[in-house]
Amino acid sequence: MALIDLANPTRFLAFTARVLPWLAVATAIAFAVGLYLSWFAPDDYQQGATVKIMFIHVPNAWLSMAVWAVMTLASLGTLVWRHPLADVAAKSAAPLGAAFTFLALLTGSLWGRPMWGTYWVWDARLTSVLVLFLMYLGVIALWRTVDDPTRAGRAAAILTLVGAVNLPIIKFSVDWWNTLHQGASVIRIGGPTIDPTILRPLLVMGLAFILLFVTLHLAAMRNEILRRRVRTLWLMQAHAAQGA
Amino acid sequence: MTPLSALLVRDMRLAVRVGGGALMGVLFFLIVVTLVPFAVGPDLAQLQRIGPAILWIGALLASLLALDRLFAADHEDGSLDLLLMGRAPLELVVLVKAAAHWITTGLPLVLVTPLLGLFLNLEPSAIGRTALALLLGTPALTCIGLVGAALSVALRRGGLLLPVLVLPLTVPVLIFGVAASSAPAAAPATALMILGALTLMSVVLGPFAAAAALRHGLE
Repeated sequence: MALIDLANPTRFLAFTARVLPWLAVATAIAFAVGLYLSWFAPDDYQQGATVKIMFIHVPNAWLSMAVWAVMTLASLGTLVWRHPLADVAAKSAAPLGAAFTFLALLTGSLWGRPMWGTYWVWDARLTSVLVLFLMYLGVIALWRTVDDPTRAGRAAAILTLVGAVNLPIIKFSVDWWNTLHQGASVIRIGGPTIDPTILRPLLVMGLAFILLFVTLHLAAMRNEILRRRVRTLWLMQAHAAQGA
Repeated sequence: MTPLSALLVRDMRLAVRVGGGALMGVLFFLIVVTLVPFAVGPDLAQLQRIGPAILWIGALLASLLALDRLFAADHEDGSLDLLLMGRAPLELVVLVKAAAHWITTGLPLVLVTPLLGLFLNLEPSAIGRTALALLLGTPALTCIGLVGAALSVALRRGGLLLPVLVLPLTVPVLIFGVAASSAPAAAPATALMILGALTLMSVVLGPFAAAAALRHGLE
């Protein structure tokens, strides 16, 4: 079965029904390993044990941007290649991305209170991530406001592509502006600057969160496909009742 | 008269004659600027500090008001379908409508800024800088709003969807606009240049996004 066969919703449902239990197990194992490594990671010499919020905060932040990138690719799929499941993928990813962004802001805020002395500051990184959160909510609002899912998909695709301009702004905000949020220490030219004893748990937790997103995303896509089938059945029933 | 210039004149005439037109935006701007001293208190020193910010937020909201009329009115009476089917490229048509919107909504806001600056106790140099920044930045607000207006054109109960979509995208314009308005004599040019860049980018990219939204949304 070629990858293109997955564009057929029925085959996609069959495929994900087989694959999801394994993905869920893999996610659970990755979280177990990641949390174990995080628990026994050494304390930071300056921040003490508080540094361990990083193992939750940073993967959430990575995913908040990665999910918008996934939505952008899905939007290209809708507008350029007319892939049948592209708008299903985009619609399912939006609430997940909003949740990751919210958790990133929340855990970052809780980390900021002991470290910086404030829950919030209007520096470039925090402000641009907050704007990303607002844009997620805007896309979700757009999905809900247009009745026909296909038209909603195209409108949301355009909005997602316009909003993709925020991603490089977020990534490079700590370089372009003088921010309270620290600069890049993992994804940067010259390689990571974190010690391996702390980098390893971070990367494992990152993998765990990615697996979590993939699992939840595929499950949400299944739900969306089924939801659209129910809607079609309702419309057919209403049409038949009207014609009778 | 070429079709595009005829469209420009038509849109400007409609904006001025129908629904209060240019003066409605100016009036809203005046009301917002009047409300803020009621809320923050009449301390003139404080008003002088936040004056440019108040003027920018007022201009942003006033621009936003007239945006939903941009395409919705034409959609309702069918002229939008004619424009879509016409020979002129949809991107140019959209750009012309944006120009009409700016001339009838954005430009009057810029012209009334000196008067409102007096209400907020701004220095003459600050008034000048704010007016220049608004002149440079209001086209960006129009062109970014264009995308939101095109996305929400066919919605029956759009309501607050348009501001929800447009306002996060206008945050950079707001940030650099206020920076250009309240910069001390030391470095006003940087923020103004970035503001100009934002305007140029949105004037070029906005019509493409808006035209795509119109085409896909009205099929």
